[in-house]
Amino acid sequence: MSQQHQPELLSGGAMLIRALRDEGVEFVYGYPGGAVLHIYDALFQQTEVKHVLVRHEQAATHMADAYARASGKAGVVLVTSGPGATNAVTGIATAYMDSIPMVVICGQVMSHLIGDDAFQETDMLGISRPIVKHNMSVRNPADIPALVKKAFYIAQSGRPGPVVLDIPKDMTMPNQKFPYEYPKDIKLRSYNPNAKGHPGQIKKALQTLLAAKKPVLYAGGGVILGQASAELTELAQRLNLPVTNTLMGLGAYPATDPQFIGMLGMHGTYEANQVMHNADVIFAVGARFDDRVTNATKKFCPNATIIHIDIDPASISKTIMAHVPIVGLVKPVLQEMLHQLEKHGNTLDQAALGQWWQQIGQWREVHGGRFEHRTDLLKPQAVIEAVWRHTKGDAYVTSDVGQHQMFAAQYYKFDKPNRWINSGGLGTMGFGLPAAMGVKLHYPEAEVVCVTGEGSIQMNIQELSTCKQYGLGVKIINLNNGYLGMVKQWQDMNYDSRYSSSYMDSLPDFVKLAEAYGHVGIRVTSPEELEPALEKAFALKDKLVFLDIHVDPKEHVYPMQVPGGAMNDMFLSKTERT
Amino acid sequence: MRHIIAVLLENESGALARVVGLFAQRGYNIDSLTVAATEDPTMSRLTLVTRGDDQVIEQITKQLHKLIEVVKLVDLSESAHIERELMMVKVKASGDQREEVKRCADIFRGQIIDVSPTTYTIQVVGTSDKLEAFIEAMCNTQILEVVRTGVSGISRGEKALSL
Ligand SMILES: Cc1ncc(C[n+]2csc(CCOP(=O)(O)OP(=O)(O)O)c2C)c(N)n1
Ligand SMILES: [Mg+2]
Repeated sequence: MSQQHQPELLSGGAMLIRALRDEGVEFVYGYPGGAVLHIYDALFQQTEVKHVLVRHEQAATHMADAYARASGKAGVVLVTSGPGATNAVTGIATAYMDSIPMVVICGQVMSHLIGDDAFQETDMLGISRPIVKHNMSVRNPADIPALVKKAFYIAQSGRPGPVVLDIPKDMTMPNQKFPYEYPKDIKLRSYNPNAKGHPGQIKKALQTLLAAKKPVLYAGGGVILGQASAELTELAQRLNLPVTNTLMGLGAYPATDPQFIGMLGMHGTYEANQVMHNADVIFAVGARFDDRVTNATKKFCPNATIIHIDIDPASISKTIMAHVPIVGLVKPVLQEMLHQLEKHGNTLDQAALGQWWQQIGQWREVHGGRFEHRTDLLKPQAVIEAVWRHTKGDAYVTSDVGQHQMFAAQYYKFDKPNRWINSGGLGTMGFGLPAAMGVKLHYPEAEVVCVTGEGSIQMNIQELSTCKQYGLGVKIINLNNGYLGMVKQWQDMNYDSRYSSSYMDSLPDFVKLAEAYGHVGIRVTSPEELEPALEKAFALKDKLVFLDIHVDPKEHVYPMQVPGGAMNDMFLSKTERT
Repeated sequence: MRHIIAVLLENESGALARVVGLFAQRGYNIDSLTVAATEDPTMSRLTLVTRGDDQVIEQITKQLHKLIEVVKLVDLSESAHIERELMMVKVKASGDQREEVKRCADIFRGQIIDVSPTTYTIQVVGTSDKLEAFIEAMCNTQILEVVRTGVSGISRGEKALSL
């Protein structure tokens, strides 16, 4: 045997880092502690896998998560046992709810201490079980390369999700070495995620779609995760279908295209919700009929035949019965549909479709994303429109959770997938800034904007320090309305404006705060200050600029579905209801 | 509707917790659950009795399938199958009662597996219904203890749940 076939001998810690390298990982986000000291020492002794030191483990998880959302590849987190691991829980749950691939490596106390309530021991496998796609622990250091391979494989295939790998400290001892070899492939007898879709069902789906008189294409985050935007767009345009995207699906279909009718659901457009409610065929692609979309399921789209493509069979007919279910990866299924369409031709009833578009045109005029334009008061919607203009619609936009998130979703027109990065399923305040950091680190040339509120930004504000350390020039658009605005909106609508704990007294001076961290802060308090401030902020290419923009504290997000109603039961303003 | 779901599971630590956790997390019922290794020591077989309408059962089987360690599963109730459960009942039995208890056990083809001057312990095997009928039949007797294994099931004929 020649020398080069001899596997190198490495410690558990070194094997872990080498395996990450061999998996193509460039950055790991994390925070050190006792249980992971051997691993951190192994990190120190090489240069290929770079570590980003955050200020709170939650931020590490959101950075990894957002990197995954932007790139499609799993992000990697490294935290210590006990409090390090529990601090990561919110971020793991955030990724889980949105099916984001992520590998979280947690330290654990020495194997022989497990179960003894040892210092910094928590049962991370138990804690994370309901919020992971899978979790595993290392029993034998020699298994580390195979377990890393397995973790990435599970996280990134099928319906993606976070995987936790729990590593007791004695699995990474520097003086115990094992032959290292990274597996090329992996096969699990109990997991076979790649479905192409049943050809018969695909045919039936196309026939159903082509027989429609009032069709709609309802596309979700699965299209983005499944990298099937191009196929979706092609199919929609060949058939001239109206397209609506979910909050998670924004960018899957270009928002500036005339066939796009906007987001649907709770804060969806009037036209999107009307189209859904009145459709005769709903073609759902990589969407899961979430309760924030359907409103009351009993009243959901009474006349619609439903075609549903999803990689996860459990998402099909979970809340809404699908008439034509297709279990499969959206990309090959849509490709097959396009192929069959090529063969059979477009037999849609064009007259009926024309009438349908006419009706849609009328619905578009009813609300049309209108908002009040004022000269004395900044409207949050106007700020988002201005940000869209200044970034030529091409920025990565991350957001936190609240009214500002909905305004960003409604008024920033995403023409590309992977650009809109928000916590849709869990609705995690504190997501926005670390998410922006995760994207900026990997795409330093790209414009990365974090749309946030004065409530949310304070949940991970400490990361301004991390931004300084790594030179992350993100732009923070703080839509400062002085309130936990979304909570206040519900209190206005349902609790006679009793603002129970939705007002925050003693807000910091965000401009000074940004400056204290070594960044640029700009305050905007009136409409005429907005343009020059944005001009200046986006001209400062490599700087983090914190724009503290004081907006109308009384504004509500509209349209808004009436709770318990059908999709098209909506409030259109403070005084109008459908 | 009552369903018996048989699951082949990787025989790994944590796999069972994942199955049980899934039921707790999603609010599904478990009437009974049995689990043990199969002839292949890398695999366990689990039999679960649960209740729900068709939609719930469909979700249960789909969600179980999603667990990485679930290799295969089948809803036994969907076709011809055999179910068995083992029960041990300890009853007060002295004087005249001893004969009566014994007769009752015989009717149910139960076996007396332990005897003391004042007690009998009877083992009964059968469907859950049969076991419940036996407990009912013993209503005149003072039952000290009942222990049931939960249901195990297997499909009839050539159908088999295996790799
Ligand atoms: C971690 C967390 N806690 C609480 C909530 C509930 N919540 C949803 S929106 C919101 C208000 C957010 O306020 P702010 O960030 O100022 O945004 P605004 O709605 O004012 O734009 C709250 C408290 C949440 N989503 N996440
Ligand atoms: Mg606010």
